[in-house]
Amino acid sequence: MLEIIKGYYAYFFLVAVFCIGLFGMMVKRNLMKKVMGMSMVQSAVILFWIVSAFKEGATVTVLDPTREVENADLYLNPLPHTLMLTAIVVAVVTLGVSFALLIVIYRRYRTLEEPLLLEKMQ
Amino acid sequence: MPVTHESVIPLLAVLAPLAAIPLILLSSRRPNLREFWTLAAAFTACGLVLSLLPGVLAGRTVAYDILTISPGIALSLRVDPTGLFFAIICSSLWILTSFYSIGYVRGAGEKKQTRYFASFALCIGATLGIALSANLLSFVIFYEMLSLGTYPLVIHKETRESYRSGRMYLTYALSAGLLLIVATAWTWTLAHNLDFRPGGFLGGVLADEGAARALFLLFIAGVGVKAGLMPLHSWLPAAMVAPTPVSALLHAVAVVKSGVFGVIRVAGFVFGPATMQAFGLDTILAAVAAVTIILASVIALRQDNLKKRLAFSTIGHLSYIVLGVALLSPEGFMGGLLHLANHATTKIALFFCAGAIYVNLHKTEISELDGIGKVMPWTMAAFTVGVLGLSGVPPINAFVSKFYLCKGAVSSGQLVFLAVFLASGLLNMAYFFPILHRAFFRPGGAGLHGHGEASPLMVVPIVIVAVLSLVLGLYPNALVHFFDLARGISQSVMAGAAAPLAGLAP
Amino acid sequence: MMTSHIPLLIPASFLLAALLIPLAALLWRRLSWLLAVATTGLCFFYAVKGLVHVTTVGRLHYHLAGWQPPFGIEFVLDPLSAFFSVFVTGVALLALIHAGRVVAHEVSGVDMGFYSLAMLLLAGLSGMVVTGDLFNLYVFLEISALASYALIARGDPRAPLSAFRYLTLGTTGAAFYLLGLAFVYMSVGSLNLADVSQLLPDVGDTRPVLLGLSLMVLGIGLKMALFPLHAWLADAYTHASSAATALIAPIGTKVAAYVLLRLMFFLVDPQYLRDQTPLPAIVGCLGAAGMLWGSIMAMCQKELKRMLAYSSVAQVGYIALGIGLASPLGFIGATLHALNHACMKACLFLVTGNFRVRLGHSTLPRLVDDLRRTMPWSAAAFTAAAISMVGLPPLAGFFSKWYLVLGSIQQSNWVFVAVLVASSLLNAVYFFRVLERLYLTPLAPPGDTDVATAAATREAPASMLAPTLVLACALLVLGIFNAWIVSTFINPMIPSRLGW
Repeated sequence: MLEIIKGYYAYFFLVAVFCIGLFGMMVKRNLMKKVMGMSMVQSAVILFWIVSAFKEGATVTVLDPTREVENADLYLNPLPHTLMLTAIVVAVVTLGVSFALLIVIYRRYRTLEEPLLLEKMQ
Repeated sequence: MPVTHESVIPLLAVLAPLAAIPLILLSSRRPNLREFWTLAAAFTACGLVLSLLPGVLAGRTVAYDILTISPGIALSLRVDPTGLFFAIICSSLWILTSFYSIGYVRGAGEKKQTRYFASFALCIGATLGIALSANLLSFVIFYEMLSLGTYPLVIHKETRESYRSGRMYLTYALSAGLLLIVATAWTWTLAHNLDFRPGGFLGGVLADEGAARALFLLFIAGVGVKAGLMPLHSWLPAAMVAPTPVSALLHAVAVVKSGVFGVIRVAGFVFGPATMQAFGLDTILAAVAAVTIILASVIALRQDNLKKRLAFSTIGHLSYIVLGVALLSPEGFMGGLLHLANHATTKIALFFCAGAIYVNLHKTEISELDGIGKVMPWTMAAFTVGVLGLSGVPPINAFVSKFYLCKGAVSSGQLVFLAVFLASGLLNMAYFFPILHRAFFRPGGAGLHGHGEASPLMVVPIVIVAVLSLVLGLYPNALVHFFDLARGISQSVMAGAAAPLAGLAP
Repeated sequence: MMTSHIPLLIPASFLLAALLIPLAALLWRRLSWLLAVATTGLCFFYAVKGLVHVTTVGRLHYHLAGWQPPFGIEFVLDPLSAFFSVFVTGVALLALIHAGRVVAHEVSGVDMGFYSLAMLLLAGLSGMVVTGDLFNLYVFLEISALASYALIARGDPRAPLSAFRYLTLGTTGAAFYLLGLAFVYMSVGSLNLADVSQLLPDVGDTRPVLLGLSLMVLGIGLKMALFPLHAWLADAYTHASSAATALIAPIGTKVAAYVLLRLMFFLVDPQYLRDQTPLPAIVGCLGAAGMLWGSIMAMCQKELKRMLAYSSVAQVGYIALGIGLASPLGFIGATLHALNHACMKACLFLVTGNFRVRLGHSTLPRLVDDLRRTMPWSAAAFTAAAISMVGLPPLAGFFSKWYLVLGSIQQSNWVFVAVLVASSLLNAVYFFRVLERLYLTPLAPPGDTDVATAAATREAPASMLAPTLVLACALLVLGIFNAWIVSTFINPMIPSRLGW
């Protein structure tokens, strides 16, 4: 049991963050809090990928003169890092679009609480 | 194996009415032109169908594959004796109904006449497609087209009652269509064949009784709605809100006979007598039919509305045909087929009369019909012919079919059904003769003064149909060799093989 | 252009157009619509050319920047993706031609934005279809999603909130997909679709792989509006402008269905999936539940767009049911239904757009009484599409249901058969109600007070009517020639591991 926690604690933590974000999105009634939850979900997934690139004793994929170049085991797996650069961009853009939508909603209805919004829209 | 020729005539016969639809829709502002298209299509279709008769009598089969509609299954038409039998009935009666319709619709001043004639054309095209279908999937496709085409006719009057009847009809028809589709899919999964074969093709593939019964029930529920089997019959009396020519042709000839035709195809050409007997399916079918006959006749006794009484009478007589098929004896099958034709002519005469009475005197209830025999002698004479025939009195044609049905009951050893036929005959008399009594032997009311016979456009078809019933009663093989066709079909189905039609006319 | 470049050309042309449209709009307002239509037409031409090539010669592979897979990203046109490209671009073309007038009427002032976003949306969708790399799929997924969030946000006053809801749920779906992909990548080490499908059997029955697959299916299911993940769809389609709905509704969920087909038939061995995991069964059951739920909800709606939105949920259920059968007939039924439903739904939404432009609304009880005389062609197109949705032959809808019923019976899954029958009947109820309203004179006066007078109503303009009628005729053609379509295009698609 301890082995599992010691080996995979990062994953458990990130799944917990994912669930908290999901919970926030579903349960919280303020739209801004939903956006925060969404952002947490995305961050959790991105970090999940990054953690998967980890190797014990490895360093970042920048040439380190003190280590050999040929032995790939001494460097982290760069692919998830590159992929997640794209994913981070996507997350940021999504945040931007959601904020734009929130501004439009706020301008029209002067509130960001969902129950009040639904009332005003009837 | 009979030789199969390829010919485009069956396709033309189905397309003729369908091609008339855009022509009818475009000439909506010129009624005479529009009526011309209807009549032209009627005569063309009938002519094409009759041209196929000599070939079929000589034992040739004509087929035409239109296109592959699903991998391994083709939308195709095939003119075999059974299909031609139904097609002749339908197309020839359409001509008469078209003339009658024109008279009725103009006399009653109905609105939306273009929609009426266009829907009629669609229905006849679909019915011819049903008659000439070569396999179950083509049958289902045309069957659904017929359901769709009948709807505008049922709701024609656009009253609250007609909308309700239309919705009921659509619910029943579409549900039944779906069950039929499921049954067809199941058949394909089991047998990898959907082509109709005399004597059936499900013989070897049905393993257990439960599956056979379930499949059969699905089929019967699918075609039984249109065939008026109880308890799926409720749409038929409700559909009587439609104008009388609709009731006459569609609900006494095309739609309901398509249902019964479907029963014949399922029992004789998909399952086959041997399979039906092996799994006890004939008993199920016979029981349902017998109950329907008796119940429908009893309910008819209590109807005051003339068309509703005729509707329940139709339900009863349709089950004559179904019972004839379920008896699984050659005479019974033959009697059922003959009744398909004979009931059509006699019932259509009765409905035509009801329509003439409505247009002429605006009377719909039987209690109002006192003394009209003197005012509308030709109409009521034809009515008498029809009534006598359906009650089983010679020499009207319906007596011939009833005779064979009874003979079939005797030869199959199930005398209870003989009792059913005889009892039903008595009930027929019980609910029809009072009408005659009122018409001829009661003095008419004051409202009848100054009225004469209905317009010739209506009376002439009535008389023609009545005379036809009489002629076919005296010479069952006259004109179109119905008798020979029926006997040949019955033999091939009972023999269980696509045997050439033996013993037919030169 | 050489045929081998087609897999790249389709998304790239859309991207280029998305960038050019703002510039073109500076010159002349109308140019944005013309450029959008021209680009979509060009891409449709490419897609058809690609389909012809794939059917006659063989697959098309394009390696981006020359890098060989599995290191580089490749775009692939195989029978499945070519088929989907054709009808996605084709339906989009017709919707964009139709959108010309609707955009001017409903969201005037933002034409340039609309068409540019539409091009981005199509770039994302077509990219999703042709890509052969699983992460690239995620990127295109998000491109199309963002564009659709923005497109949906302009419409009636409730549109921004509907778009926001769609945004949160859609992003969550994409996050699930990405998380699932992480598990798969960690187990297999590759992201190229073909490569992964070869490597998976070795690690197929380990928990991370199954979990990853399930998460990916969950994410895509959310995009596809699979029950019970469909909550975003009704509001999004209803409150968006008619042009946006007509563009997104027919093809958005279909591309997600394409991805699901790829995941469950090509990535993993479908027979293994069916025998060893409950995943296809779950997808099938959710599809069945969606069919019933969508139809029931559609029956309660008075507004035409909302009714059609719920109907979409039901129809996606059909596709999911076909996928859940995990058999050749199920595959055929699902793919054919994707094609048929795209055309049917597009036709229905285009007619709704016609109504909105001429009448100002599409609420059923308030429809003008003699619509059948003033807008006969639109009404006729609606009738054709409605009859096809109900599943009456010889129109297209009947045949996809036929294959699904065949597939269900072949697996002796009688529950699915019953659900197919029940949902067809429910479809008939709400569609025939609309047809009654269109064609028959009502008996009682409608509930709402203001009924538009007949004098103001004319048939829709030609640029809107022509795509509507093309789609209505297409339904008849697709129905009659469905056997040819199945044997020429769909049969080659069926993965050989499925076996006949």
